[in-house]
Amino acid sequence: MNAIDTAFESLKTGNKKAFIPFIAAGDPDLESTKELVKTLAKNGATVIEIGFPYSDPIADGPVIQAAYTRALNKGLKIENIFKAIAEVSLDLEKEKIRVPFVAMVSMSIIHRFGKEKFIAECLKGGFSGLIIPDLPVEESLEISKDLKKAALSLILLVTPNTPKERALLILSACSGFVYCVSVSGITGERDKIPEELLTNLAWLRKQTPLPLCVGFGISKPEHAKVLRDHADGVIVGSAIVKHIETAEKAGLPAVKIAIANLAGSLVTALNS
Amino acid sequence: MNTKLQSIPDAMGRFGLFGGRYVPETLIEALNELTTEYEKACKDEAFQQEFHRYLNEYVGRPSRLYFAERLTKEAGGAKILLKREDLNHTGAHKINNSIGQALLAKRMGKKRIIAETGAGQHGVATATACALFNFPCRVYMGEEDIRRQKLNVFKMQAMGAEVCPVTTGSRTLRDAVNEAMRDWMSTVGDTHYIIGSAVGPHPFPWIVRDFQSVIGKESREQCIAQTGKLPKVVVASVGGGSNAAGMFFPFIHDKDVEIVGVEAGGRGPKPGGNAATLSHGAPGILHGAFSYVLQDADGQTADVHSVSAGLDYPGVGPEHSYWKDSGRVKYTQVNDEEALAGFDLCSKLEGVLPALETAHAVVEAMRIASKLSKDDVVLVCFSGRGDKDCYEIARVTGESLE
Repeated sequence: MNAIDTAFESLKTGNKKAFIPFIAAGDPDLESTKELVKTLAKNGATVIEIGFPYSDPIADGPVIQAAYTRALNKGLKIENIFKAIAEVSLDLEKEKIRVPFVAMVSMSIIHRFGKEKFIAECLKGGFSGLIIPDLPVEESLEISKDLKKAALSLILLVTPNTPKERALLILSACSGFVYCVSVSGITGERDKIPEELLTNLAWLRKQTPLPLCVGFGISKPEHAKVLRDHADGVIVGSAIVKHIETAEKAGLPAVKIAIANLAGSLVTALNS
Repeated sequence: MNTKLQSIPDAMGRFGLFGGRYVPETLIEALNELTTEYEKACKDEAFQQEFHRYLNEYVGRPSRLYFAERLTKEAGGAKILLKREDLNHTGAHKINNSIGQALLAKRMGKKRIIAETGAGQHGVATATACALFNFPCRVYMGEEDIRRQKLNVFKMQAMGAEVCPVTTGSRTLRDAVNEAMRDWMSTVGDTHYIIGSAVGPHPFPWIVRDFQSVIGKESREQCIAQTGKLPKVVVASVGGGSNAAGMFFPFIHDKDVEIVGVEAGGRGPKPGGNAATLSHGAPGILHGAFSYVLQDADGQTADVHSVSAGLDYPGVGPEHSYWKDSGRVKYTQVNDEEALAGFDLCSKLEGVLPALETAHAVVEAMRIASKLSKDDVVLVCFSGRGDKDCYEIARVTGESLE
C-alpha cells in the first residue's frame, strides 16, 4: 500500500483530519529544509508537500514565488533536493516517525530532468506521490501510467470552476487524495472560506472514496474548524512559508518554534 | 521534408509534438470556452467581416508592399520587398491580433481585458483596442521595461489602460506573462487575456497566428500582383514569433518558397548572451506550451539577452518548433551589432526607421538577397517602426536624447 493511503487509513480509524503543510525546498537552504521537515513531521503533519522551486510558477502567489526565487538564487539543484529529502527520510525512520512526502513540481522540471530519472529519484528520496500543478488531466495520462508502476500517487486538483463532468474525469485519474482548490486564483492567504466550496465538497464526497483535502488560502485555525466537518484535511502553504521568510533575520530556531506553534494550533483546530 | 504539414492544431492542441496545455486546472475551462468560441468565430462570416472592416478602416490595411530599391542595390542581388506593418495604426503588426482578440472577447461577453507587454508595442496595441471597444484594460509590464519604454507607458495610460509594474524575477517580458496568467487565474470568469505572441497554451498560438495571417495573405497577393510571381524567400524576425507566424503561414504550402525565421543572436552563442531559442534551446515547457525553450539542465528558464526588447524572450511559439523540426522553415540568427548596423543602413538608405526586431529581419534578408539573382524576390516582414527604440539605440551607441 502507498504510504499516503496508509496515512489516511490510520487517520480514519482515529476519526482524525489531515494536516498537510507545504514548504519550498532550499529556502533559505537545504540544511534548514531538513530541519523544518523534521519539525513539521514531529508536530502533527499527516503528509508533507515539498515544493520544487521553479523559475516561472504561474499558479503561485507572491509568498511562494519569493521562496522559490530565494532558493534558486542560491543555485539550488534538483538532485540536491532529492539528496536532502532522502537524508531526512532516513533520520525520521530511525526515530520511527513515518510521514509521507509529496513532491510539488512543475512539469517543466520533470520533462527537462527526465521523467524516468525523476521518478527513480523520487523513489530513492522517499517520496510517495507527486502534485504537478501545471499538468491538466488530459496531459497526465502518460506519466500517470509510469507513476502507477512505481506505486507513486498522482494527486490532481479540482477547482471551483471545474465542470462536474470534468471533475469525474479528474477523480478517475487521481490517487492519494484529491487536492480541492478553495478559490479560483493563486496560492496565498485569504480571510474567508467561500460558501460554494462546502457545496462542492459535499458533491465530491458522493463521487469518490478518495480523501478530500482543501488548499489555497488556508492559513488559520478558524479555517480548519470550518473545514473539518466537510473535508478530510487541509493544505497549508503560504502561511508556513511566510514564517520561513524571516529565517535569515530571526534565525532558524525561532522559525522552528513559530512553525511548530502554527502546526499545533491547526492540528488542534482540525481534531478538537 | 514533411510535405503534409498540419494547418490547425489537433484535438490536444498540438502542432505535431508541440503545443498542448500545461497550465493550472483553474484556466482549463476558460481555454475550452475560448477554443469553442474561436471555432465558431472562424466560420462566422459576420465576425470575419467585422474584423476585416476594423483592419481596413481603423488599422489602415492592407499595409503596403514596398520595393526597397536602395537596400536591393546595396545587397547586390535579389529584389527586396518590405511588407510595411510599420505603417499600421500604432506602428507595428501587434494591432492585428489585439483587434481580433478584443472582438473575440466582446463576442464571449467578457467585461475586462488584461495583457502582458515587453517593449510596450503589444501593450499599446491592446490599450488601443480596449479604448476602441470600451473595455477596462490592465497591462502587466516588467519594471525594467517600464524604465526603458516610458513613452509607451504614457501612451497606454493616455488611452485609459492601467499599467501594472511587475517586480518579480527578471522584471521583463517573461515575468509580465507570469503575472498576467496569475491575474487571469483569479478573474477568469469575466476577463479575457489578450496574449501578445503566438505562444502560450492552446488555443492562443493558433488564434494569434490566424489574426496575424493577414500579413502573409496580403503579401502573397501583392507580391504576385507587383512582380508576377511568388517570392523566392520570405523572411521575418522571431521572438515569440507572431509576425513570423502570420507572414509564413500563407506560404507554408508553397513548396518553392523558402522560409527563413531570424532569431536574436544577441552578444553571441554563450548561454544568457542571446535569445535564439530555436537555435540554442531544446524542447521543454514554458508558459503553458511544449516548445523549444532556453532552460538549464533542471528545467529552470534561462536568462536571455537581445538589444531588441521584443525578441528578448526565452521561449517561442509551438508552431515554429513544429516548422523547425519538419524542416519547412530555416531559423538563423542576427546579432546585436549587426541589427544596430541594419537599423542604421535601412534608415539612411530608405528613410525608414525599423524597429530593432525588424532590423534583424532586414539584415538577414540582405544576406540572402546578395546570394540570389536579380530576378528573384526576397520578401521581408517589416514588422514595426523604430521610434520606440531610439532611446535605447542612443544609449548603446553612447549618445543621449535626454
